[in-house]
Amino acid sequence: MTVDSERESPTRNLPGILEEDAEQWTAKLRNAAIDALPPQRLMPDRQPAYVASWIYVFGVLTLAALAVVIVTGMVLAIMGPTWWHVSPVGHFVNSLHLWSVESFFAFMVVHLWGSFFMAAWRGKRRLTWVFGAFAFLASVGTAFTGYLSQQNFDSQWIGTQAKDGINSTGAGAVFNVLNFGQMLMWHIVLLPLAVGVIVGVHVLLVRRRGVVPPFALDEPGAPDDPPGSSGTAASAAIEGEA
Amino acid sequence: MSVIAAVSQFVLGALFDLNRPGHYVHWGFIQLSVANLVVIGIMIVLFVAAILIPYRREGGDR
Amino acid sequence: MSPTSRSERRSRSFKPDRDVVEWHGAYVRYDLVKEFLVALGVVALLVVLLTVAFSSPDETPVTVRSWSTNNPVDFAQTAITELDGTSESATYGPPYNTGSNDTQSIGFFSPEKWVGVHIPINTAQDFVIGPLRTLPDRPDVRAALDRYQAAPASQQQAWTAAYEKAVANATFSNGVLHVAPGSYGPVGAIIGDLTSMARSGALDGALVSSKQFYSTDYTKPLLFIADGNYLSDLAGAQHLQGNQWGMMNETGNYPGQAWLWLYTLWYQVPPMNSSSSGDLQVWAIMMLLSLVMILVPFIPGLRSVPRWSRVYRLIWRQHYRSLATAPGASAKT
Repeated sequence: MTVDSERESPTRNLPGILEEDAEQWTAKLRNAAIDALPPQRLMPDRQPAYVASWIYVFGVLTLAALAVVIVTGMVLAIMGPTWWHVSPVGHFVNSLHLWSVESFFAFMVVHLWGSFFMAAWRGKRRLTWVFGAFAFLASVGTAFTGYLSQQNFDSQWIGTQAKDGINSTGAGAVFNVLNFGQMLMWHIVLLPLAVGVIVGVHVLLVRRRGVVPPFALDEPGAPDDPPGSSGTAASAAIEGEA
Repeated sequence: MSVIAAVSQFVLGALFDLNRPGHYVHWGFIQLSVANLVVIGIMIVLFVAAILIPYRREGGDR
Repeated sequence: MSPTSRSERRSRSFKPDRDVVEWHGAYVRYDLVKEFLVALGVVALLVVLLTVAFSSPDETPVTVRSWSTNNPVDFAQTAITELDGTSESATYGPPYNTGSNDTQSIGFFSPEKWVGVHIPINTAQDFVIGPLRTLPDRPDVRAALDRYQAAPASQQQAWTAAYEKAVANATFSNGVLHVAPGSYGPVGAIIGDLTSMARSGALDGALVSSKQFYSTDYTKPLLFIADGNYLSDLAGAQHLQGNQWGMMNETGNYPGQAWLWLYTLWYQVPPMNSSSSGDLQVWAIMMLLSLVMILVPFIPGLRSVPRWSRVYRLIWRQHYRSLATAPGASAKT
């Protein structure tokens, strides 16, 4: 290809450019991102030896279920909201959507229990927990608006019941659960976006901090050196940022 | 053609009809549908199993 | 709190439920991408199997037409409360109108009241008079409405009160609502015509009509339908009512939103199960508990439960066993 030489020229001087533009916002953002998540940390091929339990599988199962939820939801979106009421294939896709949501919540809750009993927030991992909790709450809202968007008896009943709770908070003035168009928009645009961003941040935080090491067996007490290590610089992550 | 019809009938229709009237358990003031109870039971079983079943790692360490 | 320097923060004591000795031990092979793709395959298969086995529910919706066809007496009894302003929707309060029947508060805290009316609903005009006036070629209907609207409020109340009493024992046969005669002026004709209009399906359309051709807002027909007993009777038969833990239930034998168990639990216990501000109380509790869940890592005591419970010893038992059997061997950097 003829463009080879042209393409090469900007990369040849890359180190120089980096140094020169270190104050540039784009360069700063890029460098901060690389510092926070160098490629080996973002996509590791090793993990600590203590990660040896089936409980660790439920995080990735939750993500996999979320992927199925999104894909089946996209198929429903492509064909429009009426499709699944009139087409056997549409109903089949709706069923996939329902069961992937039920699976998603089941896996997520087991993941939550596991993370709790491992006290997975220890050592600067508190924000990871916080975003996980946000992901759960945002998912509850997304599922709720999904139930409201079904256009069947279920939606009617859930809407007319839920309005009292939402109205009592004052939110009913702008978030009208009896307004199908509004609920559909929340369900297929706003809330999936929120869940996606929150889950994305949660996963990046897990990659950044790694999975939490086990409790030392002689807790409670002062930080021990990792058993068997030479005792140097056991970097106890005390407090710092959350 | 009839084979395709039979297969699609099998795939697109439900093997078990869950549209019949539901079953519920009452336990003091607690009322749960059997379906929800099964789901919650499965979650607890998954959690306990995930903790108790030994984890065998493929490939070994290092 | 006074600002602490970085070195002071570093020297804060080690708290096992907050801090951790980062790992300097062994690492093992781990294929992130493979793990995700295998999980995706497993979950996709599981979901397909569940779908083939159970499908999904799609209970036929209730329309004003199906309601007034299957239970015209309930419809007429509801319609008169919309006209005389005594229905749940008519007296609801914010965000629909200035009533106060459903306005909830905890002490001075009443966000509903503060926010005010944002989705104005006048049940007499929106559910009865307005839709009936859309009927073409019906001078009799127009005359009845004119007579009703021209009458003083006291006369209107006398008519509707008389009709409300009479319609309580109404029957329906041969397509006609039979209400004992009484001095209810034009109101009998108004409700009778509205019932006919509902049974024809025309009221469904009239209730969603907007300035636009398209509509996506079903607030009015849903409020109207929910004011009757028909919808809630159907829901009760499916164990969907609030006092049946219905929030987490689904129609038929399907699992529902089981994750709402805690939310619906509060509706079953005093004082929320009988309070007129039960919804706000439950929401306040759930907001507080959600905050607690978000802030678990920051709450002393709560964040110690995992260590006290010792479940972690089971989870990491292979790790602890390796420490016991081969001290020093498993933890080289």
